[in-house]
Amino acid sequence: MVYEYVIAPFADFGFMRRALVASLALSVGGSAIGVFLILRRMSLMGDALAHSLLPGAAMGFLIGGLSLPAMSLGGFVAGVATALLSGVIARFSSMREDASFAAAYLTAMALGVLIISLRGSAVDLMNILFGAILAVDDGALILVVSTATLTLVGLAAIYRPLVVECFNPGFLAAMGVRGSLYHYLFLSLAVLNMVAGFQALGTLMALGLILLPAVASSFWAREVWSMSLVAAPMAFASAAVGLLVSFHGGLPSGPVIVLFASFFFLLSLLFGTRASVRARLSRPVHLRG
Amino acid sequence: MTAALRLVDLTVSYDRHPAVHHVSAEIPAGEMTAIVGPNGAGKSTLLKALLGLAPRVEGRIECTARRIAYLPQQAEIDRSFPISVLDTVLLGRWSRFGGFGAARHADLHDAHHAIEAVGLAGFERRPIDTLSVGQFQRVLFARLLLQDADLVLLDEPFAAIDSKTVADLMAVIRRWREEKRTVVAVLHDFDQVRRDFPHALLLARELVDVGPTARVLSSENLLRARAMAEAWDEHAGACEVPMRLSA
Repeated sequence: MVYEYVIAPFADFGFMRRALVASLALSVGGSAIGVFLILRRMSLMGDALAHSLLPGAAMGFLIGGLSLPAMSLGGFVAGVATALLSGVIARFSSMREDASFAAAYLTAMALGVLIISLRGSAVDLMNILFGAILAVDDGALILVVSTATLTLVGLAAIYRPLVVECFNPGFLAAMGVRGSLYHYLFLSLAVLNMVAGFQALGTLMALGLILLPAVASSFWAREVWSMSLVAAPMAFASAAVGLLVSFHGGLPSGPVIVLFASFFFLLSLLFGTRASVRARLSRPVHLRG
Repeated sequence: MTAALRLVDLTVSYDRHPAVHHVSAEIPAGEMTAIVGPNGAGKSTLLKALLGLAPRVEGRIECTARRIAYLPQQAEIDRSFPISVLDTVLLGRWSRFGGFGAARHADLHDAHHAIEAVGLAGFERRPIDTLSVGQFQRVLFARLLLQDADLVLLDEPFAAIDSKTVADLMAVIRRWREEKRTVVAVLHDFDQVRRDFPHALLLARELVDVGPTARVLSSENLLRARAMAEAWDEHAGACEVPMRLSA
């Protein structure tokens, strides 16, 4: 019974195994990125960034058809360009960075949908917007796993400057360190993860597996590394359960996976050990002194 | 008296409005100098310029200090960030291990020592979001201690801090003076400046006076400073700087 429902889909079907490995890699790399995104108060900006991959992916689609390398490269270039451009706009005008991000991603979305409609069908558009994790092939798998590796090594390398840039940028500046360098290195890693995620989850949902577990983890842990350690298993669990449910129910995998991540977020919000609803409503207990 | 800092015709402006306007002054080495003046007088901007963090600087800053430590206003720090007291204090050794090197045993030892010196022994593993404003200021002072700087810049170190904490932190500052370090602090409490700081610099965008505190903080000077700070001319023409010195 358990075997039939839980193990057999992965044992019998290669595409399910590849999807499972891809989601494991996405969970490990992405959740660490997510933790930094929320600590930098950039969750919504991350969302905007994910949407801005669309015109790049669409250009890749226009040139190479539904080819993963072309669409991934296009998406990466578009994402990094959006991040740099909003940074430059914010620096040289009095506009706040979140506003310039919003302007950039609305433009990007409109452009992207228009480019796809030039050549593709509605099915292509659906695939790019919402992904198809069950169509992950070996090339996509290699992309996702390399991204996870690069993300973990990269974050470990820039961990200290990035943490200080998050909580006390003035100190970094006084030490003569260019904080913006680490900001953009981090944003490139974030874009890379969104590119890896968009094959599986689509440009609209790519951030779900990155951000939701990270937000959920903030109800359990209170240091950067421990938050990442809590977030990664939650991301993987939502991906694994989501895959099975979408397999048995014949449902689109991306939204199901993201909904399970939301379910973990809700659980954490209600029952987490810190700042959760349970902590708020439980009878106040205070220490002796 | 040797100067730790010499400002030569210094102008710092934001969006062309000068926040510090043609200031020339000397700050004595190994002494405690208070920077006073009304809100918006350019005090914090002056500190930022000394650190090389101000956007548009005209004139010249001559600094003999080998290493500068800086205490920012607390509003510039995200106090909800999940980081421990010990990690925050250890950052004071940045100049030694930078962004990538490891903290040595000696650094850890010094950090524990500094935390003890500011009266926070036992707080090492506490996340900073559980600290009060006063306790967090003690953490930042411990970080300054670890920086081992010969010039210490303090931006409103005692804003919203209770008297016990002020007394403890003043003891730290006096020890710096005994160790011949130069201390420059932006302060608002004139009584405290008169009591603890032998030198003062009164700023109201332009220099009002600099020298011994008793003379600088005369009621005549203070009145003049207030009048100067309130003047703000949106349509002032461009100020022709007689000679443009590179910063």
